[in-house]
Amino acid sequence: MLKTTPISFSYDNINSFIFPEISLSDAEDLLILGKSGVGKTTFIQILAGLLKPDKGSISLNGVKYADLSMKKMDEFRGKNISLVFQKPYFINSINLIENLLTTLKLSGNEVDNKKCGYLLEQIGLSDKSYSKTYELSEGEKQRASIAMAVCKNPDLILADEPTASLDDENCDIIINLLKEQAKNSNSKLIIITHDQRLKSQFKNTINL
Amino acid sequence: MTIFKLSWRNIVVSPLNTILSLLLMSLGVGIISLLILLNNEMKQQVKNNLKEIDMVVGAKGSPLQLILSSVYHIDNPTGNIPLSSIDKLKKNRLVDLVIPLSYGDSYEGFRIVGSTHDYIDLYNAEIKEGRSWEGGFEVVIGSEIARIHNLQIGDNFYGSHGFKKGGHVHNNYAYTVVGILNFSGSVIDNLILTDYQSVWNVHNKDAHSEMEITAALFKFKNPSALIKLPRQVNETTNLQAAVPVFEMNRLIKLLGKNIINPIQFIAVVIMIVSGLSIFISLYNSLKRRRYELALMRVHGASRWQLVMLIQFETLFLSVLGAFFGLLLSRLSIYIYSLGSDNHIINNFPLTFVAEEFWLFPSALLIGVFAAIIPTLQAYRTNIPKLLTDA
Repeated sequence: MLKTTPISFSYDNINSFIFPEISLSDAEDLLILGKSGVGKTTFIQILAGLLKPDKGSISLNGVKYADLSMKKMDEFRGKNISLVFQKPYFINSINLIENLLTTLKLSGNEVDNKKCGYLLEQIGLSDKSYSKTYELSEGEKQRASIAMAVCKNPDLILADEPTASLDDENCDIIINLLKEQAKNSNSKLIIITHDQRLKSQFKNTINL
Repeated sequence: MTIFKLSWRNIVVSPLNTILSLLLMSLGVGIISLLILLNNEMKQQVKNNLKEIDMVVGAKGSPLQLILSSVYHIDNPTGNIPLSSIDKLKKNRLVDLVIPLSYGDSYEGFRIVGSTHDYIDLYNAEIKEGRSWEGGFEVVIGSEIARIHNLQIGDNFYGSHGFKKGGHVHNNYAYTVVGILNFSGSVIDNLILTDYQSVWNVHNKDAHSEMEITAALFKFKNPSALIKLPRQVNETTNLQAAVPVFEMNRLIKLLGKNIINPIQFIAVVIMIVSGLSIFISLYNSLKRRRYELALMRVHGASRWQLVMLIQFETLFLSVLGAFFGLLLSRLSIYIYSLGSDNHIINNFPLTFVAEEFWLFPSALLIGVFAAIIPTLQAYRTNIPKLLTDA
């Protein structure tokens, strides 16, 4: 269960944001729509525990973010939360499957070769397992970054504009993949975007 | 994939930067290691050949030249002295042993030294084949000459004047090889030994002139004579006395100040430049890898894991660089020895020398120092900011 009370945050006194409360149970998804400048990325970072809100609280599966030290929050995030970015990031010096394995290792999960191989097969990248990530196409990279996010079976997947730089076809593929994989790993999924194409695909929608 | 492995992959992924850093580090370490090896071997050689020679007496001139020519056989003699003048010194109660030497001729670049059998004993040299000389113009040859010129017992040759090939050949007197010495690792391996009377006979044109020798080696009964006797000789006779230990220490100090120290300085500069190269390549790659580090943090890597990541990278570079440096110095001696007939070079010990141990911590220190700023950058990786910048 992810539960938040109304949250307020400001970088300085001029730009302050207020975000609505959220309540999300396992394997549920939520689309948060908003134009540029309404603090979408800020909200994602607050939900990921990367930024501390001025007011309001967040709890994931009963763990209150406010109770965790920064180091503990880092550990907690590593174990339970995955982020998908608009621009996919990888460790360039190692190949795709090693990126997945490293993610497992860093997050304190069991390093499972089979599982990662199976995951890559599911998202249609098994023939790229041993490719360097910078050799992948943009669509492939975004798919791979979803694999990175779901491989550790997180409780919560936060996706920040995952489709912004994709064409319609790839946009559909990515969103379906995200929803499907989140279901498979029993994760809660929150997508924050300005991309109106996604509106029709989600039951739960919040406008910022 | 552990942090350790990941560091290694990060190094391998940019081979040009890595090679440059490794090359500079191994060059710096290699030069210093080469200096240490050469210095060590030189001191060893100096010690080996010094044996128990406490004092050398010869004609007036440079004391260093007297030592280099009479003990190490690498310089020209200072002149001749009458044999009778040595006899007087022999009677001194502090003197244990006197070995006369007559030299100045050579065969194919190898020096002919006239002496007594004591000279062979001084170097603990053993006769491998044949016997020692008894009559005139019989010679015992060192193992290197026997090997290089394939001389056998019973072979004859003429000595030529001076130490360079092509000097005037004394073709009225032929030497006969009667013995070959075992390899001893000292200067005697490169000498042709005979009795001093023979060498005198080759040069003496007037049967009535007083017999002369080139120098005499002295062994004392008591170390206190080291202070007293040389001074006495220098002040009261026309002879020159020199103490090999003093002269060689002076030479080593001179070499250190004028040759070894400047080269060492250059090597240290190269090592520091290698540190700079490590710094620049880490700094640049970290600029490219900012998002990578943020990603690792998001996935649960701690700040300290990122610190380790950078430290391992610099560790690999500096330790590998130091290792290749030690290899480089040995390889260069080995390659040089392939084209050399010199027995010192050919028998150069390539084992690890204790002084070289310090090269590893030094390289490590340079590596750690070079990585301070990149490590701090990694430690301070600001995830929210980096992700917002995207």
